Amino acid sequence: MKIACCIKRVPDSETRVKIAADGKSLDAAGVKFVMNPYDEFAVEEALRRKEKAGSGEVVVICLGPAAGQETIRTALAMGADRGVLLQTDKPLPPDSFETARLIAAELKSGTWDLILFGRMAIDDYNHQVGVLVAELLGLPCVSAVSHLDIEGVKGIAEREIEGGIEVVEFPLPALLTVDKGLNEPRYPALKGIMAAKKKPLEVKPIQVGAGAIEVAALTPPPERKEGKIVGEGPGAVGELVRLLREEAKVL
Amino acid sequence: MSTTLAVLEQRDGALRKISYEVVTAAQRLGGTVEAVVCGSGAVQGTDQVGRFGADTVVTLTNPSFAKYDPEGCAQALAERIKQGGYAAVVFAASATGKDLAPRVAAKLGVAVTADITEVAAEGGAIVAIRPVYAGKALLKVKVAAQPAVLSVRPNVFTPVERPKAGNAETVAVAVSPGRVVVREVKAAPAGTLDVAEAQIIISGGRGLKEPANFKVLEELARAFGGRAAVGASRAVVDAGWRAHADQVGQTGKTVSPSLYIAVGISGAIQHLAGMRTSKVIVAINKDKDAPIFKVADYGIVGDLFEIVPKLTEEIRKLHG
Repeated sequence: MKIACCIKRVPDSETRVKIAADGKSLDAAGVKFVMNPYDEFAVEEALRRKEKAGSGEVVVICLGPAAGQETIRTALAMGADRGVLLQTDKPLPPDSFETARLIAAELKSGTWDLILFGRMAIDDYNHQVGVLVAELLGLPCVSAVSHLDIEGVKGIAEREIEGGIEVVEFPLPALLTVDKGLNEPRYPALKGIMAAKKKPLEVKPIQVGAGAIEVAALTPPPERKEGKIVGEGPGAVGELVRLLREEAKVL
Repeated sequence: MSTTLAVLEQRDGALRKISYEVVTAAQRLGGTVEAVVCGSGAVQGTDQVGRFGADTVVTLTNPSFAKYDPEGCAQALAERIKQGGYAAVVFAASATGKDLAPRVAAKLGVAVTADITEVAAEGGAIVAIRPVYAGKALLKVKVAAQPAVLSVRPNVFTPVERPKAGNAETVAVAVSPGRVVVREVKAAPAGTLDVAEAQIIISGGRGLKEPANFKVLEELARAFGGRAAVGASRAVVDAGWRAHADQVGQTGKTVSPSLYIAVGISGAIQHLAGMRTSKVIVAINKDKDAPIFKVADYGIVGDLFEIVPKLTEEIRKLHG
C-alpha cells in the first residue's frame, strides 16, 4: 500500500502568542514548533495501514520553512519511509487554495492508494487543505474521519456530526482527513530516531503565491472583563443565580 | 447591487437552526440575500428564512440529497454559483459545512475563509475576522477572491429578524452519482443535545473524580429543560470517561454558548481554546488559583459535589 501523509509544522499549543512588529504575523522568536497534532493521527494511520498490508511505502510531505525537515524527521522516526519538504522561506498565506495547489502538484508526481491529512492545523484553523487537494486531484474524499475500515479497494469511514455519527462508504484510491479518536499515535523509539537520520529526505524549493486573501491585522482577542469570585461553597449559589439573571441576563 | 448566497443546512428534511445564523451573516454584507438548500424534496423551515433577511429561498432537489451527498451537493452548488454571479457565498462552519464549503470553493478556484466570527463589507471589500492559534489571536483578513467563500462559526451570529420576501423556488437538479456515499447516520441517544449546538453547556473535568459522577452534571443540564448539553475536558475524554463527541477544546469542539459552566476543570489552554468565546462563563472549582477563574465571569470556590446539586435545585425553582 502506497500512502502519502501531508503534515504541517505548527507552534505548540502551549505557546504564548506574541504578535510581530508588523501587526500581521506571529513573532516566532522563542516559539516551540511541533508536528500538527491531527497530522500525528494521519502518520500513525498510514503506518498501521502499511503494516497491515504487509508491504508498501509511507511518504511524508511537508510544505513550510527549512525547519520543516525536523517535523519530517519526527514522522520518519515514527516509521515513515521517506520525506519531501516543499520549502518556502515566506510564511504560508491565509489563502489555503495556494497551499493546496502546491501540495496537489507534488502529489500528482506519484501514485497513491491513500492520501492522509489531519482534519485541521492548530495554528490557522483553516480545516480545508485536504479537501481542496482532493478536489484538485479529482479523488474521493472523506473529511474528519474518526474510525476507518478498509477491505481491498472499499473503505468505510465514520465521521462525527452534530448529534450523531455519519457512516460513509468510499472507493480507493482516496484522500481522507483524520480526526482525533482514529488511533493513538506512537512515540518514536530511540531505534526509530537513529534510523530516521538515514532515511531519504528530499528538499524542493518552491514559490508560494500571495493568493486572494490578504492579512489586514493579527490582534490579541479582547480581554474578558475581569471576573468575580461570587463566594465559597453552596452558600454562594443563590447570589450566582441572581447575578446570572439580573446582571448577565442569561437565565 | 451585489447578491450573497447563503447555503442553508438540512437534516431529515428539516432546516437546521444554524441556517438562520448563516442568513444573518449574509445580511451583514448588504445587498440581496439568496438562500439555497439541497434536499430530496420540500425542506421544512424554508418558509421561515425570509423573516431573517432572505429575499429568495431556493431548494435544489435531487433524490440523492435525502442524506448528505457531499459530491452531489458540491456539484449542484458550484454550478449554481458559477451561473449566479454572487459576490459572496456563506456556509455554516458545522460538521457538514466544514466538509462541503472547501469542495465547492475548490470547484470555483478559491479558498474558504473559514470559521469566521465577524464579517462586513468595507469599501467594496469583504473583511472578516477569524480566531487563530487556539483563540489566542484574531486574524482580520480582506477577501478579494471572486466569489468570497466564507463559513461562519456556530452560535456566533445570533439570528435577527429582518423580514424580507423570502420568495420560494424549487429547482430539480441533475448530479453525477457520488463515489462517496453516506450509508447511515447513527444518531446519538434521543434527547441528548450536541455541545456544538447547545445554548447552555455544563462541562466536567477531572474534578468529577469518576465517570459515574457526571450524573450530577446531567441533572443540572436536565434542570435547564432541554437547552443544555454536558461537555467534557480532554483529560476525562482521554481517560475514557466521556465520548470524544462531548470534548470541548482544541482537539474537540469549539463552542460559543450563551452560558458555559465549567465544573472541576482547571482551564488548560487547550480547553480555553474551545470555549473562550462563550458569552458568559461560570467556573466551579475547589482550587481558587485554577486558571479557569481568569476567564470566568463568575466563580464559586468549593466542593462541586455540594455546589452543583444546590445550583440544580435553584435552576429547577426558576423553571418550575
